[in-house]
Amino acid sequence: MKMVSKISGAEAFIECLCKENVEVVFGIPGGSLLPIHDALYDSSIKHILVRHEQCAAHMADGYARATGRTGVCLATSGPGATNLVTGIANAYMDSVPMVAFTGQVPTGMIGNDAFQEADITGITLPITKINYLIKDVNNLPKTIREAFHIASTGRPGPVLVDIPKDVQIMESEFEYPKTFNLRGYKPTIEGHPLQIKRAIKAITDAERPIIYAGGGVIISNASEELRALAELTLAPVTTTLMGKGAFPESHPLSLGMVGMHGTKYANYAMTETDLIVAVGVRFDDRVTGKLNAFAPNAKVIHIDIDPAEISKSVSVGIPIVGDAKRVLKELIKGLGKKPRTEWLKKIEKWKKEFPLRYDRSGKTLKPQFIIEQINELCPDAIITTEVGQCQMWAAQYFKSTKPRSFISSGGLGTMGYGFPAAIGAKVGCPDKTVIDIAGDGSFQMTCQELATAVLNDIPVTVAILNNGFLGMVRQWQELFYDKRYSATYLGTTSPDFTKLAEAYGALGIEVRKPSEVKSAIEEAVTSDKPAVIDFKIDPEENVLPMVPAGAAINEMIDYEG
Amino acid sequence: MKHTLSVLVENKPGVLARVSGLFSRRGFNIDSLAVGVTENPEISRMTIVVEGDDRVLEQVTKQLNKLIDTIKVSDLTAEESVERELMMIKVAAEPKMRSEIMQIADIFRARIIDVSPKTMIIEATGDEEKINAMEALLKQFGVKELARTGKIALTRGLKSV
Ligand SMILES: Cc1ncc(C[n+]2csc(CCOP(=O)(O)OP(=O)(O)O)c2C)c(N)n1
Ligand SMILES: [Mg+2]
Repeated sequence: MKMVSKISGAEAFIECLCKENVEVVFGIPGGSLLPIHDALYDSSIKHILVRHEQCAAHMADGYARATGRTGVCLATSGPGATNLVTGIANAYMDSVPMVAFTGQVPTGMIGNDAFQEADITGITLPITKINYLIKDVNNLPKTIREAFHIASTGRPGPVLVDIPKDVQIMESEFEYPKTFNLRGYKPTIEGHPLQIKRAIKAITDAERPIIYAGGGVIISNASEELRALAELTLAPVTTTLMGKGAFPESHPLSLGMVGMHGTKYANYAMTETDLIVAVGVRFDDRVTGKLNAFAPNAKVIHIDIDPAEISKSVSVGIPIVGDAKRVLKELIKGLGKKPRTEWLKKIEKWKKEFPLRYDRSGKTLKPQFIIEQINELCPDAIITTEVGQCQMWAAQYFKSTKPRSFISSGGLGTMGYGFPAAIGAKVGCPDKTVIDIAGDGSFQMTCQELATAVLNDIPVTVAILNNGFLGMVRQWQELFYDKRYSATYLGTTSPDFTKLAEAYGALGIEVRKPSEVKSAIEEAVTSDKPAVIDFKIDPEENVLPMVPAGAAINEMIDYEG
Repeated sequence: MKHTLSVLVENKPGVLARVSGLFSRRGFNIDSLAVGVTENPEISRMTIVVEGDDRVLEQVTKQLNKLIDTIKVSDLTAEESVERELMMIKVAAEPKMRSEIMQIADIFRARIIDVSPKTMIIEATGDEEKINAMEALLKQFGVKELARTGKIALTRGLKSV
């Protein structure tokens, strides 16, 4: 008789993670996770104990964006699970591969309002690609296999797996399934040959083409192909916030970011183009501005792996559903060089006439200057950002040259994202310098993770652009609400950030003058410690240029003169 | 315009919630939704009647297809198909009214499935217009309660979706 050994659900869980090559999970234990944490105790998988489950999700997210691998987070039932929600929604909006595991009350108690019960599969229904409640330990391996597959393929996204405590204890024969049948899930990878042909023709015919590239290019690891397409067709490239790094911003064909706080020349080019080659983007409202004035003369080629994104807001003449890398390769095969001197000349003129600008007199400490200094000192760093003015200054002034090196909460705009994302990125890329460009408001949403960074020896730098305000909201109040600064002044209620850092055992540096910026950055990034730099910046500096809500993207507000 | 979508989905818990959640979240208008298992016990068929122009329909179809548990979405509006709804209607029926009600039921090939001293329940199947017409006719007697299933539909002939 063949002896088959049985293992517990918790042990099977660990086996599954090993099969998926998971090296690290971010989490916090609890009653409903005791068996799993017990099994983790002597496994090879590293568990990073965080201080708030939201941050476990953001760390898994930052890890995933920096490495391209699936991030994993773990939370107990009830409040642990609900604390994950913002992090899951954030990953969903930005198409980040993540598997979130939650403990659940024992199967027999589900539905009885048991202690620490929350219907987390119900709650996360609209913010996951799919989610599962495992009721039978025999289904555990198959479910986890599917979860990782779905999270990381097609248009990636978060998947949640809810595991009741008794399922973690029950035993079964472990076998990791080699195959599975997901008849409703077959992402289209290859672009349709006919549409590709049409696209080649359209690109060849275009006089003023523009490439509009987004996060999909980074997810699909298609940066090289994108660059080849741009250089072959001599089409300028503008990226979205999510697409930063998909095309080197140092490249002569780069237009920087498009949209609400994009460069003027990107927005002008987008308005005057006769052909948009959109790759891995979703025509977000922050990009298009007023829809009926968006690219009025343009034909649109839209390459995306998610058919539901095509013609969602802007109607598309040539849809190509498929993986960006594969489709771009096909396009390149069919295209030849075409001089576009007039168009490129015009763009050069715009670039000269309307550069990004700010007051460089050095009289006050300007946030833009700080970002430029960070860029100069650490051009290869992974930059993460919080949300607000700090995020937009980082996007405008840090010239990203490589994919997976600019990590920001785009779709959800989650304050507090950048710092835990930086920790996750550093865990995934320990040899990289990782810097979170933060606001004083945002940082206070997740600054407790200093403890995680210090305890686990994860040396990331937080550069707080401290304006004493919820600055982006204040900017809107200044411009559109008669400077009535309702509930946006943080000044005196913020802690002393250097002391806060020191209290956690991190390095704290305060900077008041432009002359101190460089040495502070150098000290922080070479300290080998988690570090917080408190840059006391000009409190009422604005992010410009700016497209006001409801305006066309070529109608931008800028500094006077 | 109204469209009838036939949607094959995995017969799993949570799928109905995902589909109905999708409609409300994206602001699509559902007219009716009927769901039941198919000849394959692992697969359910949802018949969804949805109101909208071509653009809305395109989005609805794409969003439905995007759900992992959706196997197939077909728009039956342009197809040769048969569509049926089931209605049960309880009307006030004093004994002297019974024969008149039974006559109406007869004309619509409906059936009387319950009689009490003061009420009758009529069961009718048919397409939407027939059900609506019958309901309108029975209104004069006083409708006590009414239940409709929502539409189910299949394509005619050999073709299957
Ligand atoms: C969790 C969350 N709450 C509220 C907001 C709305 N919001 C957007 S930007 C912003 C201000 C951010 O302030 P700070 O972090 O200091 O950055 P600053 O704009 O000053 O650079 C607020 C409150 C948000 N994006 N996220
Ligand atoms: Mg601020």
